[in-house]
Amino acid sequence: MVGTDEEIEHRIAALFREDSRRVLATLVRVLGDFDLAEEAMQEAFASALEVWRAEGIPGNPVAWLIGTGRFKGIDILRRRARLNDLQPELKRRADEIEESNLEFAERDIQDDRLRLIFTCCHPAIDPSVQVPLTLREVCGLSTGEIARAFLVSPSAMAQRIVRGKAKIRLARIPYAIPSREDLPSRLDAVLSVVYLIFNEGYCASEGDRLTRRELSEEAIRLARLLLELMPDAEVMGLLALMLLHESRRAARTTADGDIVLLEDQDRSLWDRDLIAEGHGLVERALASGRFGVYSLQAAISAVHARAASASETDWNRIVALYSALLAIHDSSVVELNRAVAVAMRDGPVAGLTLVDAILERGELMDYHLAHAARGELLRRADRPREAREAFERALALARLDPERRLLRLRIGELEVAIDAGRKES
Amino acid sequence: MKYLLLAYGTEEGWTDEEREACMQESLALCEDLRAQGKLMAASPLQSVATATSVRVRGGKAQITDGPFAETVEQLGGFLLIDVEHLDEALAVANRFPPARKGTVEVRPLHPLDGLD
Repeated sequence: MVGTDEEIEHRIAALFREDSRRVLATLVRVLGDFDLAEEAMQEAFASALEVWRAEGIPGNPVAWLIGTGRFKGIDILRRRARLNDLQPELKRRADEIEESNLEFAERDIQDDRLRLIFTCCHPAIDPSVQVPLTLREVCGLSTGEIARAFLVSPSAMAQRIVRGKAKIRLARIPYAIPSREDLPSRLDAVLSVVYLIFNEGYCASEGDRLTRRELSEEAIRLARLLLELMPDAEVMGLLALMLLHESRRAARTTADGDIVLLEDQDRSLWDRDLIAEGHGLVERALASGRFGVYSLQAAISAVHARAASASETDWNRIVALYSALLAIHDSSVVELNRAVAVAMRDGPVAGLTLVDAILERGELMDYHLAHAARGELLRRADRPREAREAFERALALARLDPERRLLRLRIGELEVAIDAGRKES
Repeated sequence: MKYLLLAYGTEEGWTDEEREACMQESLALCEDLRAQGKLMAASPLQSVATATSVRVRGGKAQITDGPFAETVEQLGGFLLIDVEHLDEALAVANRFPPARKGTVEVRPLHPLDGLD
């Protein structure tokens, strides 16, 4: 197929967006080095622009990019070898790569993504490095985006990623899917990284775009691959949790990007196929008896998905599931969510008592959602002045524009209510 | 890829039986590694009380009694192995008895052309 220059540029941009990590994952295996693979991939995309204009887009562009990337990698090594006589191993490596037999079958290319994620999440790499490394290498987020997500400077984040890649190279962390016996212990780190990736796509760190669908889909795809490899209850649980969240995507924001809270969502917009799949997985995970935090969170999400409306939700079951979750994972955020569920079951005052007790301990004082939840409960308890104050604290802490807009809207509504109250009295 | 496995631990706190069992188990591990062609060298070390440290400053050797640093846990032995990658080295460390009482540090060797 020969396209116009513009069509080709579009196609290459789309390929870069959708498939560059796949290309990279295979090039890391083929070239044996992260930085070389990255450089070779960039050159392959650059030459696609030239070659495809002249010869048309190849039938299998990903395979073309991998094959071209391999040659580019060999070229880069040879160029470096010519510039530096003191490093004979560069030429040796280039020759080795050239002679090696390559598997470019679809299955191998898929496995390369797993190799990449298991390598980035290797326990020999510090956890503070695993997550950003995976986001950078597996998901292709920019260092700047990752830095914002973790509230550190871009240069500090870049250093962390460099440190991770150096450890992989110098300690020779294998580019491999772990053996069956190692798999369970290696899986936990991977799951938490996958979930972080999903959340990066579901509530992205960028200021004004709440959703980045492709990242969430990427996380779901990775979870499906993991599930294929290992039908572990928690992989099912995590996949279910993400599918159930994803099912609400169309309903959770307005066309303008404003947030619609769960109870206000148009439930006819929820994706029933994703919900059905999520349900099936939750049931399998719970039935296995080996479930953990992801399965329980998915079970909570499934209760919401089953309810025809917020008021018809089985809050009793949700409170019980949160209690079970707290028993295996002691966390203030889980406690906060449980308090909100208690408020839905027993009324706002019951929830407020719990939320205030959590805030008094201090850990969640800088967590905007704790103050937003408190504001909402105060509003429902008919204490508008305190509610406004709580929402203002939440606003001062919130970073996402849609969240900030929602908080401003609430504050505005409360001001109207406070004014009306003043006039009445 | 060559890795040095350094066994750190306290010198006290071992019963004679434990020490003997550790030696026997380590010997068996070394036999196994040697049979696979993966063992380059291995040995337990005499107590840190026997250590002598040398520093050459301004061309003059300063010799002191004792290790380079006083630490709670001391280097008590090592394995030098030649395996494919870190996971294999970690699996060996996992079977190395001192890991159960102290810590085994796994360090890749820096390759140097002309040394092999």
